[in-house]
Amino acid sequence: MAARAGADPEARPHWSGQMGFVLSAIGSAVGLGNLWRFPAVAYENGGGAFLIPYLVAFFTAGVPILWLDYAIGHRYRGSPPLALRRIQRRFEALGWFQVGLNVLISLFYAALLAWSASYFVFAFTRRWGADTETFFYDTYLRRPAGAGFNLDFVPATAGPLALVWLAVIVIIALGVRRGVERANVVFIPLLTVAFVLLVGRSMYLPGAETGLDALFTPNLHRLLEPSIWIAAYGQIFFTLSISYGIMMTYSSYRRRKANQTTTGLVVALANGSFEMLAGIGVFCALGFMAAKEGSPIDHLVGDSGAGLAFITYPRVVSEMPSSAFFGVVFFGSMFMAGFTSLLSNVQVVVASAQDKFNLSARQAALFVCGPMAVFSLLLFGTTSAFYTLDVMDHWVNNVGIVVSAVALSVLVVWVARKGRELTYHLTVLSTLSVGRIWRSFAGTFGPFVLVVWLVQWLYSTYANGYHSYPRWFLIADGWGAIAVCGLVGVVFTVLPWRSQPDDFTPWPEFSPQVAQRLAHWEDTLLDLSADDPFEAGEK
Amino acid sequence: MEPTPIVFMILAMVVIWGSLLASTVFLATRPEVATWPPGGPTDEEDAALDDID
Amino acid sequence: MATKAKPKSTTGIDGRPQWSGQVGFIISAIGSAVGLGNIWRFPGVAYENGGGAFLIPYLVALLTAGIPILFLDYAIGHRFRGSAPLALRRVKRWLETLGWFQVTICVVIAIYYAAILAWAISYFVFSFNQKWGDDTGGFMYGSYLHLADTPGFSFDFVAGVLIPLALVWIAVIVVMALGVAKGVEKANIVFMPTLAIAFLILVIRSVFLPGAKDGLNAFFTPDFSKLGDPDVWIAAYGQIFFSLSIAFGIMITYSSYRKHRANQTTPGLVVGFANSSFELLAGIGVFSIVGFMAHEQNVAVADLSGLKGVSLAFVTFPKVISQMPGSALFGALFFGSLFAAGFTSLTSILQVIMAGIQDKFKVSERNSALMVGVPLAVVSLLFFGTTTGLYVLDVMDNWANNIGIIISAIIMTICVLWVAGKYKELAFHLSSLSTFKVKWTWLVLVGIFSPLLLIYMFGQVMYNLIKSGYDPSSYTRAFEFKAGWLVFILMVAASIVMTFVRWKEDPDKFEAWPGFTGKEF
Repeated sequence: MAARAGADPEARPHWSGQMGFVLSAIGSAVGLGNLWRFPAVAYENGGGAFLIPYLVAFFTAGVPILWLDYAIGHRYRGSPPLALRRIQRRFEALGWFQVGLNVLISLFYAALLAWSASYFVFAFTRRWGADTETFFYDTYLRRPAGAGFNLDFVPATAGPLALVWLAVIVIIALGVRRGVERANVVFIPLLTVAFVLLVGRSMYLPGAETGLDALFTPNLHRLLEPSIWIAAYGQIFFTLSISYGIMMTYSSYRRRKANQTTTGLVVALANGSFEMLAGIGVFCALGFMAAKEGSPIDHLVGDSGAGLAFITYPRVVSEMPSSAFFGVVFFGSMFMAGFTSLLSNVQVVVASAQDKFNLSARQAALFVCGPMAVFSLLLFGTTSAFYTLDVMDHWVNNVGIVVSAVALSVLVVWVARKGRELTYHLTVLSTLSVGRIWRSFAGTFGPFVLVVWLVQWLYSTYANGYHSYPRWFLIADGWGAIAVCGLVGVVFTVLPWRSQPDDFTPWPEFSPQVAQRLAHWEDTLLDLSADDPFEAGEK
Repeated sequence: MEPTPIVFMILAMVVIWGSLLASTVFLATRPEVATWPPGGPTDEEDAALDDID
Repeated sequence: MATKAKPKSTTGIDGRPQWSGQVGFIISAIGSAVGLGNIWRFPGVAYENGGGAFLIPYLVALLTAGIPILFLDYAIGHRFRGSAPLALRRVKRWLETLGWFQVTICVVIAIYYAAILAWAISYFVFSFNQKWGDDTGGFMYGSYLHLADTPGFSFDFVAGVLIPLALVWIAVIVVMALGVAKGVEKANIVFMPTLAIAFLILVIRSVFLPGAKDGLNAFFTPDFSKLGDPDVWIAAYGQIFFSLSIAFGIMITYSSYRKHRANQTTPGLVVGFANSSFELLAGIGVFSIVGFMAHEQNVAVADLSGLKGVSLAFVTFPKVISQMPGSALFGALFFGSLFAAGFTSLTSILQVIMAGIQDKFKVSERNSALMVGVPLAVVSLLFFGTTTGLYVLDVMDNWANNIGIIISAIIMTICVLWVAGKYKELAFHLSSLSTFKVKWTWLVLVGIFSPLLLIYMFGQVMYNLIKSGYDPSSYTRAFEFKAGWLVFILMVAASIVMTFVRWKEDPDKFEAWPGFTGKEF
């Protein structure tokens, strides 16, 4: 179909069906963070006991905010700038801020994928040798001694990076249904099978049970520490890909009558399940390693970031009996998980450009992804890539996305007062109803928790810096990235639309009468004899 | 004091204090605009407060 | 004008408090602008940034940013007739949050400003017998403040500070409770002329001290090479900006108490130049005394330190005063002036907070004085009546000024003029009521030049703060975060919360006068 996106909501591309959407949404949510962030976070924050704050955070912040994303994208049918503009003109700037975040994330995420792709190839011969750390930093990345920016290209990383972008451009150019959805329909089942195999095999490694003991032994007394709860909210928040436009964009491609909340729950739980699986797999491998070296397991967990994937895991793989299998499947899975997430990031940018400038998918792929590929190569195809990536990643996630989430909830629920309308939208279209409780979690509790998170992050960063990077580099690379997003937010809002964004009426209509019925329904929610006020609707 | 500093001191005084003087004089000579835009409360209304005490 | 023999009332037809007249307003506005910064900040800044040559950037800054933003404050407050939150809400609904942010800046400044006034009172008394002795630094930080060795938050109260601080708060609450015309204006009418005379005596006397001319030489010798240094220009804009009390609600509030037909720009010029004039006077006085000190100690002026801020007023000056003929009188004059200058500024800062509360909750002047004054007094006593007061004060001062006011100014200039699109209306308002007309030049200066410059300044401040911290030799970054950033975050949060609180009376039932359709401009 013609992928031209404009004022006419029916001209918008669509998923082939609910399945296509759910798989793509899972593909977006399941990413590198699930593989290498969750295991370490869970281990450091109470092990088995972490499950409790994790689940609480899941239901009190993760799912409610995910639904908020769905509701906005689906009701106002657009990429973040378009959908938010339709709520209130000025909110368009927040939409572009989110686009800015997605641009930056895409730039460095592609580099991580390029590294995974390289390691996938290395895995066949275990090219990393015995000293995986030196191999990663010096032989492969050719990282210089101090943080900074430079333009010394490294062919071994720039080459795969260019290939990743090429693949992205081709898939995006094919459009939402034939490109993005197909890629997810292929990759997600494949990823699931491959990863289940990997984890299943890992459980039979000698020493695996010590690893699982380490991961799951509950330190229940630690539940009293606020830091564990903060960590749980952070983990849920970062793993679900919420509040920075992806879920908004994806749900804008759904049919007008599409089940919202139930699919959201499925996606969120699928993401959590995968995370759990990754935790098991990683800790089995660590347990094996600990047994082999006769060292305690916490020496191995050290790094929750790229280090776990590119330094610790290769070392484990080298020790393993059929090491080509473990390495190849692990890095292959990593690549697939990351690639589907990267597509969703890029799609946000492309969809926004399409909506505003009335471009076809092919034009957008060329004019938007082309420049992004160039910037990605300039920043992350060089020897300074690791530092630039590390700091930018840290800031975009901890400041950019959190600020975006707080602003989204506060603006939509409090400033534009769309809480009831979105409640109605979710409820009337879905098989799982929401009401006041959802509003208070998505509109009040969620942003409150995130502000607490942000303040404690700012505190520790201001007091201690980040790793041992010089402060000027943190300002340039970290705060600079946030400033770029802010600038994108302002500049693109000011540019004129080449379509009629405001020529739009949300469906289903939320008239004052409907609002009254909703209020009545909410009041009698626990009264099972009450009639369903919406059954007269078109559902 | 030396000549340059003196010059600058005088300069500073003339310019800043002079401007104060000039602006005060300007205000004193034209305390309010002569022709008012039509409408709005009159001075009498504004002064009607006199009777509130 | 209607001139009647009856005593003037204190409220206008719209029930808003009102100044007794133009003079009352001007004196109060000068009282607000002239504060501690004029006495202890300007001389040091000018000296460090080119001496006599500093005059050039200073004047440029006054004319291109200071006075234009002052006019903007006046125009907003007078046209939309309200405290910062009310007036800005009438400009554009969501700008109410900016108004409350300005109120929170005033809250922060008020609680530490009062502490400095308390010190000035103590030193006023000490100066009768030069109680500070020879080691003035040791006296100030040790015997008087009982300053803790490490920065932090403690609750060890110091009676010597606590009592004068409580007195300052009682006095200021009484003045505020009497209302704009009977309290604030009266206080200014008493204090400002007294201050002018006292300070003039002080300066004239100090010019004739031995060595004074060396100090004045140092102060006025122009170093033109400094004019090429962008930092000097930034320092000039910073000085103008902080000394004029602009962009954090004071001038909005004060001009809302003027009658409908009130000349706007010309009094603004008078206030702006009066502030600078006082600053120059303070420079002459301070450097005469500094020259005298150098003369007494047989060193060059350039070798002296402690020429700025708290240490200038409370360490360097007491030392000089002890060495002077007529110490007691001289000391009393200086600390009395310091107190008078600070007290009139403190009332203006509190008026911003009270006006916001009055407009939002429709409470009387007396009740709002208690509602605002008592809690602030308690907080102020808790923070600054203790041994760690100075540290907290120093950090809070830096954040409120360098971060809070600059952000407020940037948002105000850009949002009021361009986002809300009020540039024509405000230029029209100023011009139609005033004898000094403004148009495009003003708009370019206040709407384009000033925000760009302020953004640059803000970027520089933020860069340095994040990179090096505020004062790494004195404070840990953790302490700076709590006393600086955390306070700032709370300010923003409070502003947002206050915006969502319901107005007692519909604030939007209002028509700006004179009417503006867009064709008048």
